[in-house]
Amino acid sequence: MLQTITLVVAQIIVLLGISPFLVGLIRKVKARLQCRRGAGVFQPYADIAKLFRKQPVVSSTTSWIFTATPYILFASTLSAGLLVPMFISVTPMNFAGNIIALVYLLALGTFFLILAGLDAGSAFGGMGSSREGLVASLTEPAMILSIFAVALTAGSTNLSTIVHKTALLEGVVTAPAPHLMALAALCIVAIAETGRVPVDNPATHLELTMIHEAMVLEYSGRYLALIEWAAAMKLAVFLSLIANLFAPWGIATTLAPGAIGIGLVAYILKIAGLAVLIGILESMIAKLRLFRVTELLGAAFILALLAVVFFYILQG
Amino acid sequence: MLNLFFLLFAGYVAGLFLPLCFPAKPKIQNVLAHGSAGLASGAGILLGVTGLLAQEPWTASVQSTIPFLSFAVRLDPLASFFVLTISLAGLAASVYAIGYVTEFYGRVSIAALGALFNGFLLSMTLVVIADNGFFFLIVWELMSLLSYFLVVTEHKKAEVQYAGLFYLIMTHVGTAFIIMAFLIFFQAGGSFSFEAFRHPEQPLSEGMRTLAFLIALIGFGTKAGIVPLHVWLPYAHPAAPSHISALMSGVMIKTAIYALIRVYFDFLGGQFPWWWGFVVLVVGAVSALLGVMYALMEHDLKRLLAFHSVENIGIILLGIGAGMIFQSYGLKELAALGVLAGLYHTINHAVFKALLFFGAGSLLYATHTRDMEEYGGLLRRMPWTGAFFLIGAVSISALPPTNGFVSEWLVFQSLFLSFQLPTVFLKLMLPIAAAMLALTGVLALVCFAKVFGISFLALARSSHARHAEEVPIAMRIGMGILAVLCVGLGLAPMIVVPLLDRITGPLMGVSISDKILALDGWALAPVNLEFASISPPMLAALLIAGGLLGLFLAFLFGGHLVKRYYKTWGCGINSSPRLEYTATGFVQPIKRVFSTIYQPTIKLETEFLEESRYFAKRRRFEFHIEPIFEKYLYSPVINVFVEIANRVRVLQAGSLHLNLAYILVALVVLLLFAV
Repeated sequence: MLQTITLVVAQIIVLLGISPFLVGLIRKVKARLQCRRGAGVFQPYADIAKLFRKQPVVSSTTSWIFTATPYILFASTLSAGLLVPMFISVTPMNFAGNIIALVYLLALGTFFLILAGLDAGSAFGGMGSSREGLVASLTEPAMILSIFAVALTAGSTNLSTIVHKTALLEGVVTAPAPHLMALAALCIVAIAETGRVPVDNPATHLELTMIHEAMVLEYSGRYLALIEWAAAMKLAVFLSLIANLFAPWGIATTLAPGAIGIGLVAYILKIAGLAVLIGILESMIAKLRLFRVTELLGAAFILALLAVVFFYILQG
Repeated sequence: MLNLFFLLFAGYVAGLFLPLCFPAKPKIQNVLAHGSAGLASGAGILLGVTGLLAQEPWTASVQSTIPFLSFAVRLDPLASFFVLTISLAGLAASVYAIGYVTEFYGRVSIAALGALFNGFLLSMTLVVIADNGFFFLIVWELMSLLSYFLVVTEHKKAEVQYAGLFYLIMTHVGTAFIIMAFLIFFQAGGSFSFEAFRHPEQPLSEGMRTLAFLIALIGFGTKAGIVPLHVWLPYAHPAAPSHISALMSGVMIKTAIYALIRVYFDFLGGQFPWWWGFVVLVVGAVSALLGVMYALMEHDLKRLLAFHSVENIGIILLGIGAGMIFQSYGLKELAALGVLAGLYHTINHAVFKALLFFGAGSLLYATHTRDMEEYGGLLRRMPWTGAFFLIGAVSISALPPTNGFVSEWLVFQSLFLSFQLPTVFLKLMLPIAAAMLALTGVLALVCFAKVFGISFLALARSSHARHAEEVPIAMRIGMGILAVLCVGLGLAPMIVVPLLDRITGPLMGVSISDKILALDGWALAPVNLEFASISPPMLAALLIAGGLLGLFLAFLFGGHLVKRYYKTWGCGINSSPRLEYTATGFVQPIKRVFSTIYQPTIKLETEFLEESRYFAKRRRFEFHIEPIFEKYLYSPVINVFVEIANRVRVLQAGSLHLNLAYILVALVVLLLFAV
């Protein structure tokens, strides 16, 4: 019992602590590739701390939904993060939810964020909410199908079981094609859900190009701090999913302190590596037009579907 | 049990006749009618729970002199569950109606409205407990007729008349198919009692069984609202008064689900080829997806909710179809899981759909319009309605920790367990159905974000919305009961699953309650904990803890909260409702992406200033979704019938002598036959 609580608290601290670092790392990589020095890797920590201290300005048009949403978003993203194995293969909270629970917990946050975008009564917010609705409706089926394709190999839809079995090389993957297709689909979904280029530009406030930023345009102070932290956590959750579902080696499969230490180091190295890759990707391609994004997400869905089809066909 | 049944029957009958004793006193009529209905519903809830927990099914019957008819009722767990669902919704509707029908004082006879309400609830209850085919058809027809009269309550409006007529025709087409299906069973069994249907003297041939399957699907599917037989739903449900719409959408269409389970798993003995379950699965998936897609484009709140009923019937049929597929391969435990998921979604949908319709009724009561584009900012003026509607919206979007999440999760899991099936085709089709379910779920989320956001948030878009007042206490209590149930049914699957297991147990022959519940009931883990598990109480606890952690961190880093209020920045333009997003605009990207299904036609007319063609004086934007089913399926069929009628009309020349000649010829022919 005490062990469970310690592990849960440890996972919360790691998740809260590592997510701003990932955001800072992506910005640093982009800056370097643009021949700039860029801000320090730990700048987002300072940004969040500063935002907490500032007085929030709340629009008089809004209702309690507006001020409640940052907390709901923070809570749902944190809960979703607790379901994902990070440095231990069997998370203490793995009985609380599987793939579907993860997707719908994140959807809870999206729902309230869409409402908050509409609450201020500005056209920017409505536009952001409308576009977010479109992107979410296309990414969720792809996400469910791609993780299901991986679940088929491991014979379970429980995230911890999948990671544990893959780490111990049980249920050996005899045909890599379904896994690779599921990986490609999940990568596209991760980019879409976390609002990175080419789906959404997190650094812009031009109305033609923003989706997530448009919904949170009216937020300031501690509300904005919580939302930015939640967005960073969502990025960490998706990177953890990609890293641990497809390449979990190094993760702690037992609860020995040494294994956990190695697991922690391996985890940080893996998601930092993925963050660097995202930074390079964002520097290489431009943001897509909104109705081209739908084609990209449709491709992700088809890839995920093909992963499931190929699994059954190759199985025999 | 007999006492409870008598109390239920007496309550509804009292509610039928008592209000008629007080003419011209609408308040007394209102309270009497809905009070008795509430009492009777309470008895119904107790009856349902008793029936679910009973060891043996309870039967009672009254013989009649009409051949083949006996007023027989039988309460087995399946029937009890539906009695429970109907009565729960009925109780909430009774409480809600006490406040809601005050809107109809002076316009409509409250005694008639109350009497029809009681009759409707009574007929629905009798439908699910009838044990004789003839009796079933009588109360089914009674239910349809009473609901027709309720739909045309505001019969002075042309659209209500059209809706009523359409509904009447469609429901009778369905009833015709149901009669045919029952005749097939009657012919084999020799009598109309359900026991004879179950164990016929001459077992049905394979061809007759298939015919019965298809006819029952079409007949009951018309009432349930499966695509393409759903077209009457978006007309009838908005036309009826809101508490009636809630009952029609929440429980009347579920009686069709009851009948389908009764026919397939009880009468046909749960033995069928795999393609039956596959047909039900496909029907479910298509209904779910098309229902939500058409719902997204609607701006009449009640029409939108009606389309969502089509969607949720699709989800229920997905669960039942998966169950049927597993049953046909002898995987009884998985079959029980599929049907259990469908049944769980039945009661969940009844609760949150009724809640949403009550919310729509409250909005209609307060603003006198059903058009979402005229709402706005209502959360501040109607905080209770808004809060309850939000719970309903979160439930229908299947978000944790509400009930919609648990039942949709169970449907997903039963679809994911497809790898145990032997054929590759089915192993592929079920995950594809799961993908369609995923798309449906997220589109429902977007739709309800739109509904809640446009109706309740930001600034009011019309003077109706600006002057809206919170609704009377009775309406709030009615909504509150259902809101509490939404959260309760979601957090307590450990109570619901064993009750549902008592239904699927006798039907499939296996009890799966202990195979689904784990960790002393705190987790749902079909198959086992390692395959898949959720713990709704734990998720709720995590969400609350996460929220508190956020509050704590905000206090830790930021100290006490001092907010500053200022108007929304709109790039220098004064904030006005014209700046806000509209419902039409909100769904425009989705309309464009799925335009192959919608086939939208857009008309844009601009009137320019006389002085310069660069400035527009007035713009008119119209867009229409192609009504595919009405245009390509119903209109051709209706035209064929109209053509035939026109041809046959020649016979009725209007001449009295011709008609007399017809009578003579008919008499002669019949006499020849008799000889």
